[in-house]
Amino acid sequence: MGRQMTRIDTTFARLKAEGRKAFVTYIMAGDPDLETSLEVMKGLPAAGADIIELGMPFTDPMADGPTIQLAGQRALDGGQTLQKTLDMVAAFRQTDTTTPIVMMGYYNPIYSRGVERFLTDATAAGIDGLIVVDLPPEEDSELCLPAQAAGLNFIRLATPTTDDERLPKVMQNTSGFVYYVSITGITGAAAAQAADVAPEVARIKAKTDLPVIVGFGITTPEAAQSIAAIADGCVIGSAIVKLIGEGRTPAEVLARVADLAAGAHRG
Amino acid sequence: MADDLFNSFMTGPDERGRFGIFGGRFVSETLMPLILELEACYEHAKTDPSFWAQMDDLWKHYVGRPSPLYFAERLTAHLGGAKIYLKRDELNHTGAHKINNVLGQILLARRMGKTRIIAETGAGQHGVATATVCARFGLKCVVYMGATDVERQAPNVFRMRLLGAEVIPVTSGRGTLKDAMNDALRDWVTNVRDTFYCIGTVAGPHPYPAMVRDFQSIIGKEVREQITEREGRLPDTLIAAIGGGSNAMGLFFPFLDDASVQLIGVEAGGKGVNAKMEHCASLTGGRPGVLHGNRTYLLQDEDGQILEGHSISAGLDYPGIGPEHAWLHDVGRAQYVSITDIEALEAFQLSCTLEGIIPALEPSHALAHVMKIAPTLPKDHLLVMNMCGRGDKDIFTVAKHLGFDMKI
Repeated sequence: MGRQMTRIDTTFARLKAEGRKAFVTYIMAGDPDLETSLEVMKGLPAAGADIIELGMPFTDPMADGPTIQLAGQRALDGGQTLQKTLDMVAAFRQTDTTTPIVMMGYYNPIYSRGVERFLTDATAAGIDGLIVVDLPPEEDSELCLPAQAAGLNFIRLATPTTDDERLPKVMQNTSGFVYYVSITGITGAAAAQAADVAPEVARIKAKTDLPVIVGFGITTPEAAQSIAAIADGCVIGSAIVKLIGEGRTPAEVLARVADLAAGAHRG
Repeated sequence: MADDLFNSFMTGPDERGRFGIFGGRFVSETLMPLILELEACYEHAKTDPSFWAQMDDLWKHYVGRPSPLYFAERLTAHLGGAKIYLKRDELNHTGAHKINNVLGQILLARRMGKTRIIAETGAGQHGVATATVCARFGLKCVVYMGATDVERQAPNVFRMRLLGAEVIPVTSGRGTLKDAMNDALRDWVTNVRDTFYCIGTVAGPHPYPAMVRDFQSIIGKEVREQITEREGRLPDTLIAAIGGGSNAMGLFFPFLDDASVQLIGVEAGGKGVNAKMEHCASLTGGRPGVLHGNRTYLLQDEDGQILEGHSISAGLDYPGIGPEHAWLHDVGRAQYVSITDIEALEAFQLSCTLEGIIPALEPSHALAHVMKIAPTLPKDHLLVMNMCGRGDKDIFTVAKHLGFDMKI
C-alpha cells in the first residue's frame, strides 16, 4: 500500500525470514498496579513475546470473560487511566524500541478522549497498532481509517461467524495482522482445538496476505504449539492475566510466559 | 425555518442505524453477522401483513389492547389546571408496556428459527414479559438480572421462575442493569447459533432501537385515535418516564411530526442531579459516549469509564438512554427533565389515594412532573401521561421508604 512499515510489519517479516511463528501476549495495563504491570511488560520480550497486546481497562468489557473483567477492575481500582496507559508505553519505549505494542480495548475511553488527540498521543508514546473490540467494519470511519492515516495498524478480529461473503469486508481495512477468534465466546472460555481452527485459518488466508494469528481459549504450551503450527502465531491473554490476579510475582509470571512462548515457537 | 430543515422527524434511523450522530452498530465482529441477519428479517417482517396480523391478534386477545385512555378527573381537579389523561398501559397482561415489544421480537425469533431466548432485566418487568411470551410459545428463556435487582425485585424473580424461565443473578461489575446487559451480550456471543437476544428497551445496536420503537408505537397510535375520539383534537402535551426510553418512544413517535404536541421525557433524578452521580439522568447529567452497541448520552467519568446511576426505581437505573431520545434532545424536538426519588414517592401516593391506581415507580416519575406543570397550564390544555406499569412489584420498596412494616 506504499505505507511506511510499522514495527508489526517488520516483526512479521523477520519471523517469516527465520521460519518462526509469532507469540503474542496480552496483559492489562495497570493490573494490579502501574509499577507491577510495567515490570511484567518490560520482561515480556526476553521471555519470548514477539508482540505485546496491552489492554486498556474499561468498566464494561462485553467481550471478555471473568479473568480479564477482574483485571480491568483491579486496574481501575488502582487508579489506571488512559493517560497512565500511554505513559506506560512511553516508559517501555525508553528501553525497547523494537517490540511492537498493540493497544487493545473498547471504544468509549478513546472516543471520550477524542480520536484525533488519542491518535497523536498514541503515536507519540510508541504504539504500533490498535484492536478495538466494539468497532466492526461498519464503523470504520470512527477510528479505523483515521488510525491508519496516522500510521497505526488497525487489527481486526475475524470470527467463526464471519462467513465467506462477509470476510472481504472485514479484511478490507485491516492491517498488521488478522486476529482470528478461535471460538464463539468470550476470552478465557472454551479451549480452542487446532483441528477445528485449521480450516478456518486456511479460509482467511485465502482472502488476505496478512499474517493470521489465533487467540481465545489457548492456555498451555501444548495448545500454543498446536495452534501456532496451523497459523502464523497465537495469542495468550487470560492464562497470563490469571497469574497476575493470583498475586504471583513478575518473575513467576514471566517464567510461565517463557514456557508458553517456547510452546508457541515450537509450532 | 425548522420546517425547511426537517421534512420529518420520523424518517430515522439512516442506513447505518443512526439518528444524527447517535445510534450505530458498535458490537464485536462475532455479533455483527447476527444483527445484520436480524435487520434483514425485521425489514421483511415489517412489510409483511401476516406478521402484523399475528401481532394485532396477540395484542388484542393475549395482552388486552387497546389499553384505555382514562380521564383522571380527581387528579385534574386536585391539580387545578390541565386536563389529565392517563394511558393505561399498566393494565396490559404482565403489568407494563414491556410485553408490546416482547411479542414482536419473539415472533421474529420464531421466524429466524431461534429456540433459545435471552433477555436482560432491571425492575424485572421486561424479564417477566419475556418469560411469559416464551412460555406461551414453548421457548427456552434465560433472564440476566443484576444481583442487586434480584434482591430488590424479589416478586418478579419468583414470577419469572414460575413461568419457567431461568433467572441468572449477575454479580460482575456492580450487579445492576448495565452489568446484566453485559452478561446477556456475553451469552449471545457464546451461543450465536440458537439464541435470540430480546432487548427490553430502545437501545443497543441497530436495528434494536428502531425495532423496539416500532413495536412500542402501538401506544402512541392508540392515544392518537382515542384522544381524537374523546376530544376531537390532538393532545397538547405528552409525558412519559425514561430509563432506556421505550415507553416514551412508543408514545412520542406517532406525534413527532405534529409540531403542536409538546413531548416531555422524565428521567430519574435519584437523590438530585447535582449530587455526585446519585441519579440516572443521562441527558441532564451525562455526555455522548459508546456503550452496549450504540452512541448515546451516558453517565461517565472524565476518562470514559461508565458510572453507576442511582434511582429508587430499578427500571430507570441505567447509565444510558435510547439513541433516538439523545437525538430528539439535541435537535430540540423533545424536552427532558428529571424527578427525584422523593418527588416520585409523593406522586405514587397521590395516584393511589386520588385515582385508586397503584402505579409503578417508573411512571410515578412522570406523574411527579405532571404534578409540577399541570397547575400552571390552562384548563383546556390536554395532557396525556403514559401510566406504563403497575406498582405491585414496588410495594415492598415503597413500604421501606415510608417506614411501613410489611411483616404483619
